[in-house]
Amino acid sequence: MEYFVQQLINGLTLGAVYGLIAIGYTMVYGIIGMINFAHGDIFMIGGFVSIITFMVLGVFGITWVPLALVCMLVMAMAFTGLHGWAVERIGYRALRNAPRLAPLISAIGMSIFLQNYVQLLQGARNKPLPPIISGGIELMTSSEGFTVKLGYMQIIIMVTTTVIMVGFTLMIARTPLGRQQRACEQDMKMARLLGVNVDRTISLTFIMGAALAAAAGLIWLLYYGIIDFYVGFLAGIKAFTAAVLGGIGSLPGAMVGGLLIGVIEVFYAGYFSSAYKDVAVFMILVLVLIFLPTGLIGRPDIEKV
Amino acid sequence: MTAPLLLRIEHLTMRFGGLVAVDDVSFEAADRQITAIIGPNGAGKTTVFNCLTGFYKPTIGMLTLRRPGGATFLLERMDGYRIGQVARVARTFQNIRLFPRMSVLENLMVAQHNKLMRASGYTFFGLFGLPVYRHAEARALDLARYWLDRIGLTARADEEAGNMAYGEQRRLEIARAMCTEPVLLCLDEPAAGLNPRESAELNELLLFIRDEHKIGVLLIEHDMSVVMKISDHVVVLDYGRKISAGSPTSVRNDPVVIRAYLGEEEDEALPPEVETDLKFGA
Amino acid sequence: MAAIGAGAERQLSFGEMIRDAAAVALVALGLALPLVGFQTVDRGAGMILETRFGAMFYAVGVIFVGRFVLGLIDAGRGRPILAASGAFSAAWVLNAIFDVAPPIEHVTLGWLTWLVAMTIALRAWFVLRRGARPAGRDGTRAGALPAVWLERVGRLVVPAALTFAVVMPFLPFADQRLVDLGILVLTYTMLGWGLNVVVGLAGLLDLGYVAFYAVGAYSYALISINLGLNFWETLPFAGAVAAFFGVALGFPVLRLRGDYLAIVTLGFGEMIRLILLNWDDLSNGAKGIGDIPRPSFFGLQFTAAPREGVAAFHEYFDLDFSPIHRVIYLYYIILILALLTNWFTLRIRKLPIGRAWEALREDEIACRALGINPTTTKLTAFAIGATFGGFAGSFFATRQGFISPESFNFIESAIILAIVVLGGMGSQLGVVVASVVLIGGPEWFRDLGTFRMVAFGALMVAVMIWRPQGLLAHRDPTVRLPAAPGRPP
Repeated sequence: MEYFVQQLINGLTLGAVYGLIAIGYTMVYGIIGMINFAHGDIFMIGGFVSIITFMVLGVFGITWVPLALVCMLVMAMAFTGLHGWAVERIGYRALRNAPRLAPLISAIGMSIFLQNYVQLLQGARNKPLPPIISGGIELMTSSEGFTVKLGYMQIIIMVTTTVIMVGFTLMIARTPLGRQQRACEQDMKMARLLGVNVDRTISLTFIMGAALAAAAGLIWLLYYGIIDFYVGFLAGIKAFTAAVLGGIGSLPGAMVGGLLIGVIEVFYAGYFSSAYKDVAVFMILVLVLIFLPTGLIGRPDIEKV
Repeated sequence: MTAPLLLRIEHLTMRFGGLVAVDDVSFEAADRQITAIIGPNGAGKTTVFNCLTGFYKPTIGMLTLRRPGGATFLLERMDGYRIGQVARVARTFQNIRLFPRMSVLENLMVAQHNKLMRASGYTFFGLFGLPVYRHAEARALDLARYWLDRIGLTARADEEAGNMAYGEQRRLEIARAMCTEPVLLCLDEPAAGLNPRESAELNELLLFIRDEHKIGVLLIEHDMSVVMKISDHVVVLDYGRKISAGSPTSVRNDPVVIRAYLGEEEDEALPPEVETDLKFGA
Repeated sequence: MAAIGAGAERQLSFGEMIRDAAAVALVALGLALPLVGFQTVDRGAGMILETRFGAMFYAVGVIFVGRFVLGLIDAGRGRPILAASGAFSAAWVLNAIFDVAPPIEHVTLGWLTWLVAMTIALRAWFVLRRGARPAGRDGTRAGALPAVWLERVGRLVVPAALTFAVVMPFLPFADQRLVDLGILVLTYTMLGWGLNVVVGLAGLLDLGYVAFYAVGAYSYALISINLGLNFWETLPFAGAVAAFFGVALGFPVLRLRGDYLAIVTLGFGEMIRLILLNWDDLSNGAKGIGDIPRPSFFGLQFTAAPREGVAAFHEYFDLDFSPIHRVIYLYYIILILALLTNWFTLRIRKLPIGRAWEALREDEIACRALGINPTTTKLTAFAIGATFGGFAGSFFATRQGFISPESFNFIESAIILAIVVLGGMGSQLGVVVASVVLIGGPEWFRDLGTFRMVAFGALMVAVMIWRPQGLLAHRDPTVRLPAAPGRPP
């Protein structure tokens, strides 16, 4: 029981990361119908910007943890958002009416570019972050002496994720920006005719997705204390799986799917085999696509002839 | 009806969630006759076609095809592609579905796929160019040439199908369906977007198919001039229900049909295009 | 790059051009600040931060100048710019060849400068050429080379390239490195031709092709080690196992939409790799399998000192022993395998199954209406593609003598796919051109390390934007109407 609770806590923490990345996939898929293959690497860049910001703050002697965290989050979101914008502007915009495969290939190229660009600039080795928040609350202790711990770090992660998600959901639901975004998602041509600036809306979608991925990158860095240039590949695929599981195109679906994938991965590693945990996630992807192609919270899609 | 029965549709119903697109429709189509399905937009005509050709599984209903030879097929139980392959029902689409980047001739050769696959020994004989395959391919080319001559595209056989004019694409799609050597040809609005001359050519082509190839034709059409001139039997759908059936003349004079097309208020002036449509038929 | 497509819609004034270039440079500065401006340097257990503001400002400056000059080209000042940038990049190359003192110490910045200069020169050349022949835009579809031109070039290039491929190992300048490179290029050409069946003809986007490469390699290794069969005896088995995997993996997923299929196949590729990595009893895990039998020439070994009772190649033919004999033999094996793949693909394209693949790529719904079974048709494509992947994998195993899961990363799938798509989907010649450029090029520049992979990614993006249809997108009909009318049916 105690082990179960501990695994659940760890799974939800990891799931928050996947969920934040998955939103970027789902939004981009919703609006231009492409899988933004480079999104996982955008997440990785978020992590790198975070750790560089941390070290710059160290140079200036800013060590008060709350301020440092806020600075890291803001910087990561801003600079990574810019990267997201640039990826769309350079790699995808010219291909909006191109043959189906062209943007996907371009995205794969972007992914390879970003990975190696970061490796070239920052080196191939793991970048460690010293633990800046330690300690936690001991929730319960079993008779065999196994203690369930909820780290302060995990609390901060969950609170941050919740705040970002609520703010983001309000933005999509309430602001003109969100309205334009939803309009473009439903019918781009019509939205354009009604005076929505489609290019700008798509750019903003990429910026928002990248900013959320940057938050995920920061969380990943805080939680694992380490980041490298290759981390975006696997995390990206898992987050995509989360988006598909939740129903691609659906924002709450992405979050729910992310949490589920995080929990499933941690439980599989904890109870069955840590070596095959990634295989388990891929199996979920395959099974969901075959048996539940619209995901948990997705609209069915009738084939028009 | 003197001609032998080819297709019998009984109690066909198709629901999408809460929407009933087709509601308990029954009718028959005879061999060597042109049967037209007409009705206002959203009447469920294309849905009937999609059930018939296996793109949708009907919620309720029986679709029986009786081939002139005597073999009988229950279409609602067959996989989509088997309806074309085994039962030999061919169709065209409302928004033309050619293989645009393949040549005109290739479109007609793809239609003869199953025959050629058998002749190529499922690719093994074909790979080594055995005579059995070469002869089959020559015969398939002959059939393609026959239809190219018929639709007037022989000179452009090696051009991309996507480069053909709209009316040519319509004719090519019919020729492609005929290359499968069907017993029943289903056409979804073949005259849509054609000019009067092309429309007249189409009438000629359809009558030729009925009279020379002796197969049944099922036709969805908005253009009354086509329907009234060439169909032997007309079925009228409205809101997913069959509201009338019979010869073109009897259907045209059926008050139920007139009301479905023009609405309830009888003193209201007819929209000009409807008036023209009805006159065309006269 | 942002200037591509901006076109000459409106002439910008000089001031506007400066402002535009400044805006682009500002964005570049924003992008460069965190990752270029600062460098995390590993120091023992921890790391320290260093700044690289000089390099950052240099890069941003190059981008500012580049953008401004691109604006000038669009404004019609192409000729002097072409001369200047062309001379500059040529001087740079000469400088590199003769190894005079490099103008910039920093290797990466040097390459960046050269690339920008080259881009400017190319852009100027294209704009000038378009200006000289304003009619160039009419009938030809964007991205497709004129068919006549291609046909003429193809008639000359194909026999020439084939002859070159056959005699290459015996040319005077062919050292072991070049023949090795030839083997590598031919391996990827074969993989590209194999994947072309799946992606180019059948239109099924497969991002996990490396799975079949891996299955072929491991099947070959395990069969030849455990059963003691030689290369040519093992090859059919390895191909059959790969084909079986193609069918088994393809069957459940082939009805998925295009990009979903892409992700699922990617998942399969990673799953196979992870299983090979973790299933120690079968695959020896991360340590890999070594001592894989090398191919022998009709029983003759390519070793200096063969085992007792086995003849060695150099003894039998009375040559001095040289390791290049084996390399040349391997070269001809892969040449034969690649040409077999090519022959098979060209042939099957003209058969009903090949036409059905292309028809499925164009419109699956129409195919179903014509009575074509989409599932079996797609499965055949998948299985045939997998078989060729398996053959190539077997060759890889026997050439390396050692395999481990690390050779079968996703990046391999991406490279093979890039070869197919960049070459122009469905084009056999395009695959050759693309694998020479993508494999031969980077391999030649191996000293550049990570930078060549950066350039590889950037090249994929650039080619897609420049020619979304691929470099050589041209399709010949599989059958033409015979001239003489046949019998009436």
